[in-house]
Amino acid sequence: MATYKAVAVPAVPRLGERITQDTVYWRGYKTPVQIKEFGAINKIDFSPVPPYNYAVTASSRIHIYGRYSQEPMKTFSRFKDAAYCATYRDDGNLLVAGSEEGSIHLFDVSGRAPLRQFDGHTKPVHVVGFLSDKYRIFSGGDDYASYLWDIPSGTDIVSYSEHTDYVRCGCASKVNADVFITGSYDHTVKLFDARTKRSVMTIEHGQPVESVLLFPSGGLLVSAGGRYVKVWDVLKGGQLLVSLKNHHKTVTCLCLTSSGQRLLSGSLDRHVKIYSTTSYKVVHSFNYATSILSLALSPEDETIVVGMTNGVLNVKHRKPEERKEKSQKKRQPAYRTYVKGRSYMPKQEDFCVSKPVKRVLRKYDKLLKSFQSSKALDAVLEPPIRLYTPEVTVAVMQELHRRGTLRSALAGRDEKQINLLLTFVARRVIEPRFTSVLVTVADMITDIYQPVVGQSAIVDRQFLKLQEAIGKEIDYQEELLEVLGMMDTLFATFTQKRATCLEENKSNGLNRGY
Amino acid sequence: MDGIPIKTFTVGSKLLALYALASSEDSVFVVIPKSGERDTFQLVSVKLTKAAGQDLEAKELSVVLHGVGASPKSIAFGREGEYVASVKDLNLQVYFFKQKQLNRFSLSAVKTKGGNNHFTCVACHPTEDCIATGHADGKIRLWRNFYHKKEYTFSTLHWHHDTVMDLAFSIEGTSLLSGGVESVLVLWHNGSDCRKDFLPRLGSPIEYISMSSDGALCCTLHTDNRITIINSNLRFSKCIQGLIKTMDVKTGLVVDPRTKALVLNGEPGHLQFYCLQSDQQLFSLDIVQRQYIHQAGLKQTDLVKVAFSAQGKWLATVEERDEVTDPELQLKLWFYDEETQSFKLNTRINMPHEDHVTDMCFRDMDELEDDSLILVTAGRDCVFKVWVMVEDTDPEAQQSVSWNCDFVGSYHNYQATNCCFSEDGSVLAVSFEETVTVWDSVTWDLKCTFCHPPGKIRNICFGRLTCSKYLIGATDHGFLCCWNLLSCALEWSAHLNILVLQPDPLSEYIAAVSWLSKESSQLLFHRNISFQVCSLDWNTVKVFVFKPNEPRPIYIQRNLCKEKIQLAAFIPRDEPETVGSEKYLWLRRSQLFFLTDTQLAVEESLPVTPFSLLLGKHRCQQSQQDIDLGKRVVQNKHEQDSPAVKELLHTPAHVLPSASFLCPIFINSLLISKENKSAEVAADEVEMESEKAEDESDEERDITEMEQEDTSPMELLGEMTCKLSKSQEKELRKIRKTDYSWISAF
Repeated sequence: MATYKAVAVPAVPRLGERITQDTVYWRGYKTPVQIKEFGAINKIDFSPVPPYNYAVTASSRIHIYGRYSQEPMKTFSRFKDAAYCATYRDDGNLLVAGSEEGSIHLFDVSGRAPLRQFDGHTKPVHVVGFLSDKYRIFSGGDDYASYLWDIPSGTDIVSYSEHTDYVRCGCASKVNADVFITGSYDHTVKLFDARTKRSVMTIEHGQPVESVLLFPSGGLLVSAGGRYVKVWDVLKGGQLLVSLKNHHKTVTCLCLTSSGQRLLSGSLDRHVKIYSTTSYKVVHSFNYATSILSLALSPEDETIVVGMTNGVLNVKHRKPEERKEKSQKKRQPAYRTYVKGRSYMPKQEDFCVSKPVKRVLRKYDKLLKSFQSSKALDAVLEPPIRLYTPEVTVAVMQELHRRGTLRSALAGRDEKQINLLLTFVARRVIEPRFTSVLVTVADMITDIYQPVVGQSAIVDRQFLKLQEAIGKEIDYQEELLEVLGMMDTLFATFTQKRATCLEENKSNGLNRGY
Repeated sequence: MDGIPIKTFTVGSKLLALYALASSEDSVFVVIPKSGERDTFQLVSVKLTKAAGQDLEAKELSVVLHGVGASPKSIAFGREGEYVASVKDLNLQVYFFKQKQLNRFSLSAVKTKGGNNHFTCVACHPTEDCIATGHADGKIRLWRNFYHKKEYTFSTLHWHHDTVMDLAFSIEGTSLLSGGVESVLVLWHNGSDCRKDFLPRLGSPIEYISMSSDGALCCTLHTDNRITIINSNLRFSKCIQGLIKTMDVKTGLVVDPRTKALVLNGEPGHLQFYCLQSDQQLFSLDIVQRQYIHQAGLKQTDLVKVAFSAQGKWLATVEERDEVTDPELQLKLWFYDEETQSFKLNTRINMPHEDHVTDMCFRDMDELEDDSLILVTAGRDCVFKVWVMVEDTDPEAQQSVSWNCDFVGSYHNYQATNCCFSEDGSVLAVSFEETVTVWDSVTWDLKCTFCHPPGKIRNICFGRLTCSKYLIGATDHGFLCCWNLLSCALEWSAHLNILVLQPDPLSEYIAAVSWLSKESSQLLFHRNISFQVCSLDWNTVKVFVFKPNEPRPIYIQRNLCKEKIQLAAFIPRDEPETVGSEKYLWLRRSQLFFLTDTQLAVEESLPVTPFSLLLGKHRCQQSQQDIDLGKRVVQNKHEQDSPAVKELLHTPAHVLPSASFLCPIFINSLLISKENKSAEVAADEVEMESEKAEDESDEERDITEMEQEDTSPMELLGEMTCKLSKSQEKELRKIRKTDYSWISAF
């Protein structure tokens, strides 16, 4: 003997983006602050020490912004032409920048005039950076050369000219003070050891390299160029680990979160993609107004700063964590009073009286159980159910239809109730998950109340609304079909396999039932 | 109670109902058909003589009532056997034994929406003079004061909305139990309309209700072959059930690889796991999970397809609600939970196909991991779909895997009818109406197609083990074909009207059940042996067991049963049995079970062992089709659809022999031959044509196909194919071939 089975309300999968932990995390930023710079922003670098100011290199200036400041706290503008790649030293005291005229300037963050100037490059220097011993600087220029400079003496230690095109990106290892890498437009990434005269490793990226990055462990290398982001295992001699192609324009910048769990890439296609560094799948992506040139993330991911080609600096701050306030709740019986005696094991001589488990049924289920169709329909047309959980209303309608009593449940209603019903149907009939059921309901209502059309202005208006809703939907579906036809043609030209087109066709199941 | 009969009385006619009363020990009452008249029955009392001896003849019959109903429910004996009440149609007859008085009461026919008010059952009060009658419109009438022909009274109790199937009074007579199609047991207190109790949802319509003599228990017998025992306070106590009977076994007979139980439709919306060894229902799995409304004429969701993965870890079910406007279809995938020892719903797919799902299979791969698991569904919407398991990347999701559509395949917009994976899972065969397509299961490329016109493909299956390179197909025009997948050619074919094609999962044997109705003549011809079946019983069922690599059947069982076999299944034995005879070697590892229209039978070394209770609804009224044979044959000649013409029109041009060859045969077929009758008889000969030539040259194949065309005109003309030796036959073919090419050159 079976118990009564409650009406199963079908769960429809939510369309659109799936909510994951990542989406929740990356959505937790406030609306961005936009700051206008003088030119395209080629580098943003966060100071590694609190209060995490950041240096923005744009045009011939380097601006230093505080965390929440809209105006630059400090400006370095001693450049004749464009400045490039202003980078902080690990202690946050020094700042180094390359320039269009080929000289490299070293600034004290608190001072104004450059402390040192390194000359040697004959062409613009697009990349400079500190090695992790803090006393040396590496640089790469459009003269295809890379230099290593000594800060105390202000002279070059060694120079490498192995690249055959502009050197545009580079990165120093955090683990080994002698190791740094440079990426060039000659499609290669080279790994240099300051103790040797030649590069120790060359990696073929395949496209002009726009950005390189070393993982904090130093074992993995990420290079970006063309539409690709590639991850290489340095310890295995530069073996390709994974190649990501998620952008549809050149990837210009790379960035790691402070935890090293996520990798961010910005591209000219106006997107920032966030990858998981374990699965290398895109877990989230941001959309920006114009092409992205530079990108930086503050420690603890508090701020995302993105620089665009049109000179706009986009700053997003993380929303403060919502503190759940522990309000003084009314004292309720302690948990132990509920579980009292639950764990008691009956002894052998005890006589057990089992208490039947009471199943709680919803109101409509109770009515359906006793075959009161009309009342069950009334119950699901109550405002809270009708408005907030229309799927319950539709599920009950379907159940009534299954039982063959939908017609009698719909019949014999007064003006107000018909109005209510028709409003519901007209509003929900275009939702694909409800369409098949509500079309039947609409059919029945029109059949039943056909003789009384014209007697009530309210009902007539609702009928017209229903007609209008369905007409609109048909137009919409026709339009969609047209688009689908166009897409089919495109697919047919692109792919050999016909099967893909067939799969596309599945989506046009919506327009059935009219 | 030792179950040994004490005495046997022979009455001499069919006994339809038997009543024994406590008040009259020396006689019993039986319902027998009235001699000479059809469908009229009478209640007679039979005197049981006290003579010695085991077998006695009871000759003293005295008619009590004429024109009674045949059902045992339509007669009831009243208080201490003083009167007997009988109901039929609209009449109630009460016969008083002492007064020898017969009172008739009749109702005026009323036809309402719920049905007519015919009597369906009757029960008498144990202590008072009161008769309760049940009616087809759901009413119960309580008759009193029926001693008087005019001044009788009755009161009406109405709760049932459909026929009242049975009534029973409690032992004290204080309450009345009634049951019907609603599968609700209703307890009426003191015969009043307002006080009643219910025991709802008993599972299926109640057929009989009976009270135990001490009044403590009551039991109901249900239409689905089940007995429910109920306490007197209307508490469910126990259920006795074996194989649940269903109207229509849509799922087929499936074997659960885990328990080796037979799986088929059970209660509405449920799947029953039935253990054949112990004749017990292991458990019933609720698939539809919706309240089933017991009401006639209501279309409700039912289970139509079931498939198990190789180890029984996954179960796929398809349920549908047949409705013209929008059929509801759901594909559900269930995962076997080791902890709870039952199947757990993993994925539910709404509308997997736009139209009905025709077939479904898992890729059976024992040795490989879960990611090789693939489900294929074929639908009437002209596509087959491939479903694969995908792992959920979201760590927060409750389950780690779910099922997704991976590939949709179609073939010239034909309806997909069957699908089947080869044993190693590398190849998928999908039949599209007349064509079998073979797909690579990795790249989903169409590899090759097979076609044996005319006729749509009814069944396909792959050979197993040593015969895994063969694909077997049966068409609805009566051909069994075997294709070689390596050479992509027809290996052999036989003219058999195959209903069921069932491969044994443990061996290379395949069982085929043929149905020989009188229109379809069979011709099974073999090169060396020809089987003679000299039976004139037209509706016969034959079971053939064969290996795909040789076209001769290993075993033939004729006249297995009278009914049409609908389904068959090989059930693996627990231990391989040692079978002495070579003929039954194929039964070593599994047993073959059949489901006919009415019962489940097992194919054993013994001819037939009907073992279970009735299954299936009504026997098909095949006998009605007994039209005069001779007349039929003559008619056939005049109609256009004579087999030769049909064959000619349905065969593609490229396989037809030259017109000059066909012309005389065609003309001959249109002539009314004198020896029609003998021709039909001769056609019953079972022969199998083998075309397994050693050299697989194209030329040779052409000939073989031509040969197949030849058979039908030949059987029509009544020519007995003489037995030819192999070399002679080959010689003959060569002569034919050269001959005709030469003629056509002119």
